[in-house]
Amino acid sequence: MEQPRIDPSRVKGWGVDADPENDPTYPMKKRNNGEHAGYTWERPPQQPTGVEVLHSNERPNLTAAFGTSTPPVALSGMIRRLAFKYSESSYGHWLPLMLADRVNAVEGVLDDLAHGHVPNLIDELGWKAEWEHNRKSLVARVAVGALVTSVAVAYLTRKRRDD
Amino acid sequence: MLAMNYRGPLRVRIDEKPMPEILHPEDAIVRVTRSCICGSDLHLYNGSVPDTRVGMTFGHEFTGVVEQVGPEVRKLKAGDHVLVPFNIACGKCVFCQQELYGNCHESNSQATAVGGIFGYSHTAGGYNGGQAEYVRVPYADVGPMVIPEGMDPDDAVLLTDVVPTGYQAAEMGGIQKGDTVVVFGAGPVGIMAARCAWLFGAGRVIVIDWVEYRLEFARKYAPCEAYDFRSLGDPVVFLKHTTDSLGADVVIDAVGAEAAGSAMQTLLGRKLLMQGGSATALHWAINSVKKGGIVSIVGVYGPIDTLVPIGNVVNKGLTLRANQASVKRLLPRLVEHVRKGHLDPKALITHRIPLEHVSEAYRLFSAKLDGCIKPVLLPPSARN
Ligand SMILES: NC(=O)c1ccc[n+]([C@@H]2O[C@H](COP(=O)([O-])OP(=O)(O)OC[C@H]3O[C@@H](n4cnc5c(N)ncnc54)[C@H](O)[C@@H]3O)[C@@H](O)[C@H]2O)c1
Ligand SMILES: [Zn+2]
Ligand SMILES: [Zn+2]
Repeated sequence: MEQPRIDPSRVKGWGVDADPENDPTYPMKKRNNGEHAGYTWERPPQQPTGVEVLHSNERPNLTAAFGTSTPPVALSGMIRRLAFKYSESSYGHWLPLMLADRVNAVEGVLDDLAHGHVPNLIDELGWKAEWEHNRKSLVARVAVGALVTSVAVAYLTRKRRDD
Repeated sequence: MLAMNYRGPLRVRIDEKPMPEILHPEDAIVRVTRSCICGSDLHLYNGSVPDTRVGMTFGHEFTGVVEQVGPEVRKLKAGDHVLVPFNIACGKCVFCQQELYGNCHESNSQATAVGGIFGYSHTAGGYNGGQAEYVRVPYADVGPMVIPEGMDPDDAVLLTDVVPTGYQAAEMGGIQKGDTVVVFGAGPVGIMAARCAWLFGAGRVIVIDWVEYRLEFARKYAPCEAYDFRSLGDPVVFLKHTTDSLGADVVIDAVGAEAAGSAMQTLLGRKLLMQGGSATALHWAINSVKKGGIVSIVGVYGPIDTLVPIGNVVNKGLTLRANQASVKRLLPRLVEHVRKGHLDPKALITHRIPLEHVSEAYRLFSAKLDGCIKPVLLPPSARN
């Protein structure tokens, strides 16, 4: 339970060293101490909620305007909903969100395939830029990749002597 | 319409997407004329910002022509060519009222620790960004500024982020005339910070990076002394040495989470993602500033813990200052600087790339190919 507040005017010496010049936020902040009045400003009109928007449990409501890009879906969406049960101060929030991002990338590929689109990785990774401006290194990386893959394939498909 | 589409770490492509709509009475729909890729986008591109959802469109640095406005928009009208600050700000909350436009309380439901930012994951509000033909711009009377008569749109687009961020980096340094200012990072932001340090009266400006062409660019543009940290051995010792063993008066971190230079930070911060990024530059900044000095941080880090030598901050009596740039607060001053020729933002633009080639543009900027400093994406309608 919250404890009763203390009335500053009854505290001995209250404010005797207050110095408005001592403001390390200058000039970033035009201080008006409006926040002392709490969450009382006249808010902009509220954007109607058409899609699912998760909100931080460190605030009471949705912001007056919000983004509607890519609402939570599928497994990654479930993980994200879970993450939002924890505050921004908790690993319980951020680690599941990172996990959801990785899951979401797989869902993205499945979704592409379901729509009959095979993602063109060479294009998406922007390898054309590497081909034009960094060819040697690209070729070396592809060669190493191919070598590692063929060694791995050879190893995995090798004839075992003992059978 | 055409829009950039994020598919997962290092994978982006151009796709047809539905047109944005007015969703809030203070919205505008803007037809994009220019949009940049920023170092901040690289944190998203690398998959290191939590809640970056597949299918999102990035892009927080853009200019465009207003196509349509919501019923509560009073100042903007269709046809206005505007530059749009990267921060989404309501103008009414107590933070906006105090000109902390990067810290608005009515633009990001998902997190209280950062205001809304265009195209910057759900952790920054879940808005689609401007690397597209059209974009929804909330609170249209607050952020957007009609591009002043006679201003080159290439200058205008850099006023949405790079210039104010570089300027605020120097401003937060509290630079006094004659101060030695060190800037970590020779990306667009670091180069601009180095340039602006002079406007505040710096006596000496030193930039540190490890990409030779960027150091060369910084040397001429800022102008400044510019060093490759790999050639310095321990950069902290070098910086102490060159400042009579006292340290720099002001050090700016314009690198952020993607910092190279320390195997341990790279492993924890960039590979395992166990911290909010690699804090190598911030570590060097704290250790190379003088006692009682100021470290100004504009490099972006993730929301979880990040290893920095906080004990030295205490023992050296340092002041740390940091924020997302408050673009709207700074615009009037910066427009004046561009007009008077004190700042030449468009000179940072090295690449103009059709929006359709967004994947290559990301790779080019991220891998620092072809001498790239700042790439601008041009949608088809802006190319005639
Ligand atoms: N606070 C804000 O409002 C704001 C706005 C825009 C950008 N940013 C941030 O500023 C940072 C820079 O942005 P940018 O567009 O210039 O990015 P960028 O990626 O182009 O530049 C970063 C530079 O830092 C260099 N670097 C890497 N490790 C280094 C180290 N240990 N020491 C010195 N240099 C090192 C890189 O080689 C690169 O040139 C990013 O973190 C970005 O997210 C912040
Ligand atoms: Zn940016
Ligand atoms: Zn606000």
